[in-house]
Amino acid sequence: MASQSTASGNGPPRLELRGITKAFPGCLANESVDLALRPGEIHALLGENGAGKSTLVKIVYGVLRADAGEVLWEGQPVSIGSPAEARRLGVGLVFQHFSLFESLTVAENVSLGIDHKEPLDLLSARIGEVSARYGLALDPQREVHTLSVGERQRVEIVRCLLQNPRLLIMDEPTSVLTPQEADKLFETLRRLASEGVTILYISHKLDEIRALCDRATVMRGGRVVGACDPRQETARSLAEMMIGGVLAEPKRAAGGKPGEPLLVVDHLSTTSDDPFGTDIRHVSFTVHAGEIFGIAGVAGNGQAELLAAMSGERLSPTDAAVRIGGEPVGHWGPSRRRNAGLAFVPEERMGHGSVPEMSLADNALLSGHGGQGLVKRGLIRLDLVRHAAETIIDTFRVVATGHHAEARSLSGGNLQKFIIGREILQQPKLLIAAAPTWGVDAGAAAAIHQALIDLAEQGVGVLIVSQDLDELFAICDRIAVLFHGRLSEPLATHDTDVERIGLLMGGLFDQPPDEAADQSGRTHADPA
Amino acid sequence: MEMLDLTVAVLVSTIAAATPLLFAALGELITEKAGVLNLGVEGMMLVGAISGFATAVTTGSATLGILAAVLAGAGLALLFAVLTLSLLANQVATGLALTIFGIGLSSLIGRGYVGTPLDRLPRLDLPVLSDLPVLGPLLFGHDALVYLSVALVFAIAWFLGRTRPGLVLRAVGESHDAAHAIGYSVIAIRYAAVVFGGALSGLAGAYLSLAYTPLWIENMTAGRGWIALALVVFSTWKPGRVLLGAYLFGGVTILQFHAQNMAAFQVPSQILAMLPYLATIAVLVLISRDVTRIRLNAPACLGKVFHPAG
Repeated sequence: MASQSTASGNGPPRLELRGITKAFPGCLANESVDLALRPGEIHALLGENGAGKSTLVKIVYGVLRADAGEVLWEGQPVSIGSPAEARRLGVGLVFQHFSLFESLTVAENVSLGIDHKEPLDLLSARIGEVSARYGLALDPQREVHTLSVGERQRVEIVRCLLQNPRLLIMDEPTSVLTPQEADKLFETLRRLASEGVTILYISHKLDEIRALCDRATVMRGGRVVGACDPRQETARSLAEMMIGGVLAEPKRAAGGKPGEPLLVVDHLSTTSDDPFGTDIRHVSFTVHAGEIFGIAGVAGNGQAELLAAMSGERLSPTDAAVRIGGEPVGHWGPSRRRNAGLAFVPEERMGHGSVPEMSLADNALLSGHGGQGLVKRGLIRLDLVRHAAETIIDTFRVVATGHHAEARSLSGGNLQKFIIGREILQQPKLLIAAAPTWGVDAGAAAAIHQALIDLAEQGVGVLIVSQDLDELFAICDRIAVLFHGRLSEPLATHDTDVERIGLLMGGLFDQPPDEAADQSGRTHADPA
Repeated sequence: MEMLDLTVAVLVSTIAAATPLLFAALGELITEKAGVLNLGVEGMMLVGAISGFATAVTTGSATLGILAAVLAGAGLALLFAVLTLSLLANQVATGLALTIFGIGLSSLIGRGYVGTPLDRLPRLDLPVLSDLPVLGPLLFGHDALVYLSVALVFAIAWFLGRTRPGLVLRAVGESHDAAHAIGYSVIAIRYAAVVFGGALSGLAGAYLSLAYTPLWIENMTAGRGWIALALVVFSTWKPGRVLLGAYLFGGVTILQFHAQNMAAFQVPSQILAMLPYLATIAVLVLISRDVTRIRLNAPACLGKVFHPAG
């Protein structure tokens, strides 16, 4: 199925890295890394967070300089001192995030990423050509903030393609795409590979790598620890190569019958005051005791607004639009909702879920001041707070130096375990978690999933809002999809599949079929 | 006829009152579009004013005075840039410190110049055209800096909207991480923008001490630097609206001068003197209610410290 690789043994590799080493204060990000990429191959670079993949990519793209080692381009030693030099050689990079300018147009964004000067109208015409050739529909005049995430990625890819790259690096390209958008992307990539372009593909998503890539290099702790043909491996064997151990998969006992409704959202509508935000329109759903309810959807379809309305950071227009345990709480603020048994894990763990500069003990107190008697007559009972933090650290195996460690000193996965642990130990009736394992590596993700499952089995209602379909399918009983501020009918997980949910994430639910087909083509804006 | 003369006089002095604001606000606009918030405008204006005045008095050349003011403003801005862009100091605190420093430094330099007379910057005097009734004084009777300030409005609008360096400047202010990742030198571009902003602040100061009221008085900017800062926000970072805002403030300033002279007004002059500030703040508040417009035009990285992480 994968592209017929034009790679053969003869000729020098397009890019070869020999003994690349790069150290940052306190950590060795790359340690004598060797890597050779052949013309026309799709090569996967695998590894957990902190394995050194991003550092390696930055060295190849000239953003960072290696402390030691050699870079060879088509057999010739080169020194890549800046991204502009990398682009001149023929290296294109599609960034994982933060490389588009929201308030500028597509054409302006593309113009910023290419090195020669070209009038914007000529450039717009070329954008039209390239996007038509590779099936990446784009309107050069649109401002980027009006584009969907998939369209934004197209901008980045087109920007790279306009420079005729010989090596295209994709850093986590599908983390924000629907499965259908990802399939389209793969077609484009296979086509490029068949034209002789080398593709270096970086992703956590092991099934994609198995479907797309010809070869894989696995990194762990800054070093190359293995190479394999991903088509011959299973997702599990790849994951175990990455973590260098056995992966514990979360287990969900066969679905018991759901208990009484704990969270009832009834025709909730809110208006966003963020110009880049989404209005919530007539969203209704119910989370029962003992149930894990998932809300899927590509980011930017109203997740942030819905979560704010659930946590109480944004009040609802009517009191009855949100009910917790039968009590109308639409006009209650976050503290009152917490006292009513709600626990909340926001998406952004630094700054929203925790205060980065404060100790873990202080962070434990932040949301736990309600029920646990940590505060008495307005005074903090420090011994109890410290004890609570230590309990969280022990119970959830958080790797930290102790309750006095600053929250920002923890890795993403460990901090997330701490935050989820903090919420779980408050013995909530209802837990709402946004992207609970986003950017968390496989081992920690499995632990977090297990904790959420255990919680549901104790009769707590759990609501998960996530873009990660694998996650939702692994732990949820029912899944609904949020698109443009509307929520689909929930589907029982065992009655549906990734394909169906993926279509819903593309918006195919709230209109008749033929209109829906039209809707999916809405990005084919006419550039003329 | 007398009424008409008065109107023309008011309009002409409005333009003069607005010009220093226009220079300072345009400079700050460029600085902010690159993502840097320099609250030191007042201080840079004052140092520009005294440098320009002292040089003009000493050398007898207004041109050298203007040049000195521009260099002095740019020099202070460079100091700000070193502190905030290279040494990563907080921009707000550093900007406030720069203003206080500028007030002190300008008083120190200016001690010997209080009360020294100086000829006003020469006004344009074209045969026939400048003598036209109404149009003559309105269009053809100003000094060179007034024309420069208006030309700058168009030049900056063109630069930001139509040229590639302008696009890069906006990009750096919009997302310094993205600009850095693509390969632009965020720090160098910001240095240039901050220094340009300082040069225009210095020029604004020179206009005050060489043209608007050709003498040196301590603290003679009287808060205009702050108004210029407010104008940038009020204009939602658009040069054309900066022009409107500056002329609005200038107009109210001049009107209240005239009102103070009219016996019919029994209002204390202090209240009248507040009017331009109140009017500007009122407009600002009204405009700021449109969150969407502010959010769309405001440089997203304004005031944020950039340090290229690995």
